[in-house]
Amino acid sequence: MTAPVVELRGVSRTFDRDQPVYALRGVDLSIWPGEWLAIVGPSGSGKSTLLNVLGLLDRQTEGTYRFDGVDVNGLDDLARAGLRGRRIGFIFQAFHLLPHRTVLENVMLAELYVGTPRKGRRERALAALERVGLGDRASFLPTRLSGGQRQRAAIARSLMADPSLLLCDEPTGNLDSKSAANVLDILGDLSREGLTLIVITHDEHVAARAERRVRIVDGELIEIEPVRT
Amino acid sequence: MKDLQPHLSPRDLVEEALASLTARPGRAVLTALGTVLGVAALVATLGLSKTAGNQIVGRFDALAATDITVTPKTAGSGRVAGASDLPWDAESRLVRLNGVVAAGSLSDVDLHGDLVRSVPVNDPVAQTEFQLPVKAASPGLYAAVRASLASGRLPDAGHSARADRVALVGANVAEQLHATRIDDQPAIFLGDKLYTVIGVLETVPRQASLLGSVVIPEGTASRDFGLSGPGSVQVETRIGAANLIAGQLPVALNPSDPAALKVTAPPEPRRVRAGVQNDLNTLFLLLGGVSLFIGAVGIANVTLVSVLERVGEIGLRRSLGAARRHIAGQFLLESTTLGLLGGVLGAALGTLVVVGVATSKTWTPVLEPWVPLGAPLLGGFVGLLSGIYPSARAARMEPVEALRSTM
Repeated sequence: MTAPVVELRGVSRTFDRDQPVYALRGVDLSIWPGEWLAIVGPSGSGKSTLLNVLGLLDRQTEGTYRFDGVDVNGLDDLARAGLRGRRIGFIFQAFHLLPHRTVLENVMLAELYVGTPRKGRRERALAALERVGLGDRASFLPTRLSGGQRQRAAIARSLMADPSLLLCDEPTGNLDSKSAANVLDILGDLSREGLTLIVITHDEHVAARAERRVRIVDGELIEIEPVRT
Repeated sequence: MKDLQPHLSPRDLVEEALASLTARPGRAVLTALGTVLGVAALVATLGLSKTAGNQIVGRFDALAATDITVTPKTAGSGRVAGASDLPWDAESRLVRLNGVVAAGSLSDVDLHGDLVRSVPVNDPVAQTEFQLPVKAASPGLYAAVRASLASGRLPDAGHSARADRVALVGANVAEQLHATRIDDQPAIFLGDKLYTVIGVLETVPRQASLLGSVVIPEGTASRDFGLSGPGSVQVETRIGAANLIAGQLPVALNPSDPAALKVTAPPEPRRVRAGVQNDLNTLFLLLGGVSLFIGAVGIANVTLVSVLERVGEIGLRRSLGAARRHIAGQFLLESTTLGLLGGVLGAALGTLVVVGVATSKTWTPVLEPWVPLGAPLLGGFVGLLSGIYPSARAARMEPVEALRSTM
């Protein structure tokens, strides 16, 4: 049996305020390679905090987090940044494409900080764009793309580093239903190809596409029985 | 965990910084404007003072830089009782020196209260007696002071040796003395002695006072008025020889007591230049410094605004594996590039100003090579300093917060 990609044990995240905020409380979660996990929950339930911890953008205050078998709490910020760049892809609700750079340049950005050689970067970026069906939009500025196309460009960017885990934060939150379906289809393709996906959403339809769902309420994680289709 | 270290190649860093700047070219140029003006002011000030300094030295070269005057220290005017510190043969002693073009002695003549009189004509209202300065000159003096004649001739060594009673009158007084027409052989009285006017001086660039005087030969002054020795010596040197000759003059003229002579030589060219720079520049350099400072504040301000605007981009870069130092490096490089750009434009603008002003005044533009070459570096340094705070802010930013913002 292979090791889980993500293994959280008793993870808590507390924000020190006048009134301490317990955003996560004792979360246990294991995600195996190739799994498609949806995390659902109302706003303010701790979804974003969980995403930030999972994406190494934030540190938990208690518990252990092993990513690909490595205890990431023992890593300094520099190593966490390196790990994040190489092994974790991010998809954001707001796409986060640089408006003054072409789609191709935006995708090429993914290799900037991970030490891959410059040679072949353009070809790899083009291949990633082909993969999401945007090969013919490579030279466009993101402002000229539809929302769905922008999200696909962002997916292409996240695939460049060949990540172990794709973290999606409300990936369809800014999209109409047709574009959302299109983006979800692409995520489904990636899942079938063996990529591990975590999708955070408050949309039950999006969650329904996942193989496995967990609900987060008041910082506590509850496994939902798989829906039989 | 060495293999996990994030890595950013310098070339990628430069490309990212340039891409961010060229995304908003208008803003980049406006941001650099303060630095452009500051650097331009500095370059123009340095260049113009250099150009003007060179020009003034060039003017001195034409006349003053070759002019030396020697006078006795103790009492001037040649009226010293007993022996004068200057010898009668000063002229012949000096023309032997290499570098001396012409030399001659010039003295004030004391008429002991007598006046200069023109020959009376039958005009009762016309004035005939004047309190005019009378000078005695050696034959070589006229060349040394570059005198030119309106009419007549110059006295020569023979006049002086024979103590002939001949005189030159300056153009300004020729009319009063009825001595404008030399072919009439006009005469004037110095006291009760009758002198023939043999020439009228038109211009004397180096001793303009001669134009208002009566000039007689030295020998004549010695016999008629008891001139005991030359009152001063005028020397014209070759260009560049003035300081050398100035050092040799006292020994040549008065070997027994060189220190008794006062030599007035033109100031050294270097000092002229330094003086000009001091006078002209302080204000403009200050002005350039102030606008450079304003330029730095401008870059810092715009870079800070840019950091706040690009919170999402910073978050994205962090999510793509950028370390804090990479974020800081990029913003620092952007502000440095802005400063460098401002420096280049400023150096070009400043050089244009120098050339333009020099052309309009028909001067030769002079610019130290390190000024236009160093100016971009100065601009880059200003940009680097301005970027320190904004880039530190950018690096401190939490990716968590950054990613929640929309772009």
